[in-house]
Amino acid sequence: MAMLEIEHLNTYYGHIHALRDVSITVEKGEIVTMIGANGAGKSTMLKTTSGLLRPRTGTIQLEGEELTRLAPHTIVTKGVVQVPEGRRIFGQLTVMENLDMGAFTCRDGGRIQKNLDRVFDLFPRLKERSKQVAGTLSGGEQQMLAMGRALMAEPRLLLLDEPSMGLAPVLVDSIFDTISRLNNAGTTILLVEQNARMALQVASRGYVLQTGQIVLSDSAENLASNEMVRRAYLGE
Amino acid sequence: MFQRWKESITPTDVVMWMIGGSLMLMVIWGSVATLAAGKYTGRHWIDFLIFGLAQGSIYALIATGYTMVYGVLKMINFAHGEVFMSGPFTAYFVADAMYRTDFLDTHPFIALAVVFIVAMAVSTMIAYFLEKIAYRPLRGAPRLIPLITAIGASFFLQYMFRGLYGSNFQAYPVFKIFEGSWMIFGIRILKFQVVVIVAAIVLMVALYSFIMLTRVGKAIRAVSEDKEASSLMGINVDAMVSTTFVIGGMAAGAAGVLYALMFKQVHFFMGFIPGIKAFTAAVLGGIGNIPGAMLGGIFLGLIESVGPSLFLDGLGIVAPYQLKDAIAFTMLVLVLIFRPTGIMGERLAVKKA
Repeated sequence: MAMLEIEHLNTYYGHIHALRDVSITVEKGEIVTMIGANGAGKSTMLKTTSGLLRPRTGTIQLEGEELTRLAPHTIVTKGVVQVPEGRRIFGQLTVMENLDMGAFTCRDGGRIQKNLDRVFDLFPRLKERSKQVAGTLSGGEQQMLAMGRALMAEPRLLLLDEPSMGLAPVLVDSIFDTISRLNNAGTTILLVEQNARMALQVASRGYVLQTGQIVLSDSAENLASNEMVRRAYLGE
Repeated sequence: MFQRWKESITPTDVVMWMIGGSLMLMVIWGSVATLAAGKYTGRHWIDFLIFGLAQGSIYALIATGYTMVYGVLKMINFAHGEVFMSGPFTAYFVADAMYRTDFLDTHPFIALAVVFIVAMAVSTMIAYFLEKIAYRPLRGAPRLIPLITAIGASFFLQYMFRGLYGSNFQAYPVFKIFEGSWMIFGIRILKFQVVVIVAAIVLMVALYSFIMLTRVGKAIRAVSEDKEASSLMGINVDAMVSTTFVIGGMAAGAAGVLYALMFKQVHFFMGFIPGIKAFTAAVLGGIGNIPGAMLGGIFLGLIESVGPSLFLDGLGIVAPYQLKDAIAFTMLVLVLIFRPTGIMGERLAVKKA
């Protein structure tokens, strides 16, 4: 059974038909990426999955369990956690308090501590700054915090929305490196990226989204060598 | 340099600074004249200060409700004054019954605890249902709409309680043990004022610790910053909004009992003026900022109590105390003009990187 199975999803913003009959699957242990231009519906896709937007028709299932139309905070408890676009950390809370919020659904102190150790292991920088107010972190550190915060919720499926956006090239490399490491440690990832080159390097499969429709779906290598993808998204 | 400075100043600024300056001059002139006349002794000033502190801590408790609700919903809950009124007005009947049966005098502390519990429970319930019935369906509506609803809810609650309990002023029974005064550090202080100040401080410390230290408190702060991101963390935003109203209601109910202890009467309209004053205090402190609201409340209470005698008496104004409300609202206008973010406002301005 697939980790995530989305079928015939249609989402609207008012009258705008943002997702047109989108169907995707993500298998356990995979990194699947969705690439596409600005406004193609990539973020809409993730927001519909995490419950922030309600689809008009279609179904979303996590290992056979129905997620469609559940509230976002309930979906988190099922193990689907989204790192939103633009990081959206709580700027007035400290780094530690942000991580606490990530662990909001978990009441077991021992597990929280274990997850915290894991996050600090992954991002030692956050440990150094744990008492600092999060709004004063640099962009790269904020992205680490946003990912660390999501990991505190023990995601089975991690949804990443433009994790490399607005970061210096060095940091982009390290963020993608982290994504691979997370995946190797067993987290299934659905990655939405404008940086198609990097995304196709870490992912095993990919979908190409155009004006709310899936126009192409293939393994990451095949997509990277596809003529249309190379011209439109890899700038070659 | 001077050129640039000149360009950035509009005629409005000049007029505003002139108004501000002349008010400042008036205050200084009045204070000097009052002090020179020597009409009030040190004793008087101490009395004014302590009364102001007691009054201010009541404002502070109510103001936390305004400021927390503003934090999570970005709306001013203008019915909060009625939340404040509902508790002590209901508890009056309990207190009165206990007074008639002499329970109030034989077991004053139990009686006081009962009054507090009843008042806080009623205010909390009113606040909870207010949010659920009047505000929640309007979540996501343009900001003016919940504001108008809040004013409507305020009237509704006032006249509901008038219908329920009548339109008379009811004299709150007097707790005999809080009559008279204590000597503290050589200063004579009325007992009920000590009770009010101490109770308010205890409640404010408890409330602030709850918000800063507990899991739910942190979640409320997270929701204040970003509802969508909070829900992605598994936080039930609606539950946190309800919790905020509940905490605000509890604080307002307690403040209402303290108010009744101080002024010894309740009335269906009693929430209006303290409500607006507490709103002023919340704005003074920087709306959305909890310590700011507390400081703003105490500051407003002090200014209102000391201000009339200090600023106005020396100007030859007869019965300056009648003008205490004018002083409070002049403060509001001045803050809105010169420092719209309030006293503690700057701490809120964290750069969004």
